[in-house]
Amino acid sequence: MSLKDKLLSSYLTFQENADLDNSIHDIKDEAIKVFEEHGFPTRKDENWKYTSLNSLTKPDYSLVSHADDALEFKDVKKYFLNDIDTYKIVFIDGVYSSYLSETTHDGVDVCLLSSALIKPKFKQVIDVYFNKIAKKESLTALNTAFAKEGAYIYVPKSRAVNKPIQIVHFSTGNEANLMLQPRNLIVAEENAEVQVIERHQSLNSNAVFTNSVTEIYAGKHARVDYYKIQNDKENASLIDNTHIDQQESSEVSVHTFSFGGKLTRNNLNFYQNGEHNNSILKGVTIIEDKQHVDHNTLVHHKQPNCESHQDYKGIFDDKSTGVFNGKIVVDAIAQKINAYQSNNNILISDKASINSKPQLEIFADDVRCSHGCTIGQLDEDALFYMRSRGIGVKEGRALLMYAFANNVLESVKIPQLKARITNLIADKLGVNIGFDL
Amino acid sequence: MLEIKNLNAGIEDKDILKGIDLKVKAGEVHAIMGPNGSGKSTLSSVVAGKEEYEVTGGDILFENESILELDAEERAHKGIFLSFQYPVEIPGVSVTNFIKTAINETRKAKGLKDMPASDMLKMIREKSELLEIDRKFLSRSLNEGFSGGEKKRNEIFQMAMLEPKLAILDETDSGLDIDALRIVSNGVNKLRSKDNAVIVITHYQRLLEYIVPDFVHVLVDGKIVKSGGKELALELEEKGYDWVKAELTA
Repeated sequence: MSLKDKLLSSYLTFQENADLDNSIHDIKDEAIKVFEEHGFPTRKDENWKYTSLNSLTKPDYSLVSHADDALEFKDVKKYFLNDIDTYKIVFIDGVYSSYLSETTHDGVDVCLLSSALIKPKFKQVIDVYFNKIAKKESLTALNTAFAKEGAYIYVPKSRAVNKPIQIVHFSTGNEANLMLQPRNLIVAEENAEVQVIERHQSLNSNAVFTNSVTEIYAGKHARVDYYKIQNDKENASLIDNTHIDQQESSEVSVHTFSFGGKLTRNNLNFYQNGEHNNSILKGVTIIEDKQHVDHNTLVHHKQPNCESHQDYKGIFDDKSTGVFNGKIVVDAIAQKINAYQSNNNILISDKASINSKPQLEIFADDVRCSHGCTIGQLDEDALFYMRSRGIGVKEGRALLMYAFANNVLESVKIPQLKARITNLIADKLGVNIGFDL
Repeated sequence: MLEIKNLNAGIEDKDILKGIDLKVKAGEVHAIMGPNGSGKSTLSSVVAGKEEYEVTGGDILFENESILELDAEERAHKGIFLSFQYPVEIPGVSVTNFIKTAINETRKAKGLKDMPASDMLKMIREKSELLEIDRKFLSRSLNEGFSGGEKKRNEIFQMAMLEPKLAILDETDSGLDIDALRIVSNGVNKLRSKDNAVIVITHYQRLLEYIVPDFVHVLVDGKIVKSGGKELALELEEKGYDWVKAELTA
């Protein structure tokens, strides 16, 4: 049975056991129809030309874990940011771990989507926002049909969450092949503020395929900073579908750090629904072996006087492959837009490759759009200069690569997170040097 | 300290150095002068270990051991420093971060622990004062957008930090105005001791008024054709390189 057929037949079973109100049922029924019609995208789809899901959809996945999935904090501590106080929403094989989590309902809601979907006190928010931001495409619809667990974050008007929130999805590898479909909803009402760090982490080399959906709503003057750490093991693959609705004068940034995993696809969609929005999309990709990372971004400027800034850096070694497909749409009404897009890549090996494709669809006449893409090698003269000062080849390369990626790191607002990312980069490059004094 | 024996080297089948002999002892300052294209920069690159150049004959001994098989960084660890004629711009790496990494990598190669941050900062303060370098300058990206004078001052600052045994200054005077020349030369002179040596590579005699050499060598067409004391530099300035060439053919 194909994975698609398996999912379709499992859907019925899931729904029988679910305790959801009718409106959610209707959303899910509608969603499974979308998936049934379109299935998994193939390379014939223009948006998936350079990323094949063939190998990903072959294994016989378990859709739930049957084992006892308790984890000791000491065993997974290293995957958390521990040197600052944070809220934590932690899942093990898709199941919420109250033991590892630290949630709150004190002024803001930092808790579980599963309870938000069924408890009456959240109904109003769910009715307004759940599945309203997400684009109705096949993979997001698949997630919607199965959505039952994930993070739920609600920040009311003029509140700021007093510390960052970590969302961590562990997979234990208790199942040989596991498919996970976490669903996150983040709502920052007018003038609210929140910072989120998200990570998917498998704990052994068994295959895990995650199809994640995150909806983010940023109300008027709201500020949302979202950081994704993608540093998973060699048989973990992730399709991350993030959909962002921005209202007037809001600012949303998404930083994506992709260092690990087998196949990673980021579908990052920004919808600017108010004036004076600022959207910030940044990414650093450093991969090797046969790893594949695909950034598919959309910034849809639907209102005038807005800005968007995209800056993606990629470093590709061995036979790794990268894709950057950055689409900017400016509606006819959206005058005075300043949209900036930059994608710079370094190929370390002559077997590595990157497909970089900007797509601009501009229907307004008074806009500033700039885009640029570079593909190059490390600067050999710079490397010799460093070596002549006693810095070895490996360290010199690492320093050059770090410098190349540095301006993306500069906009990370949580210093401890920035330090963590820096360490991950040093690890990834196999060097033991500090990058900052 | 340094002994170059019948060195032949080139790049892509083109012979550039055609039998160089040079001995430099600790405490000495040597100047190598010569017209454009005579092989001055090639010589410094070959000694520093630039891989594009192929050594086709002869040997380079540093403290009595051949360094031909050593990588550029290993030569640096032994105490060889090259001040570049055109220092490379490295965006994203600050001057401080770069020199810190260079020092600690050199210490690591010698089996030493990293220099404590407080010692590092103290040393940076001292050496940057010596070269009249503004502290703000140190947090800028290495050489990026630096003026010619700033680049050269930064080279000598790094030399001061790394405390090499042998410093090769490749056209350090090019692009310097008179004030920068004074500051850079003053820095070099303060770093001179009986234990280290300096090779000054230059086209003009001007720099040698500030950094006074013990020996002057004239390089023409890949060979040292004339050696003498500091007065040779003055003679060259007065008569030009054609004089040496004419003497050769005579």
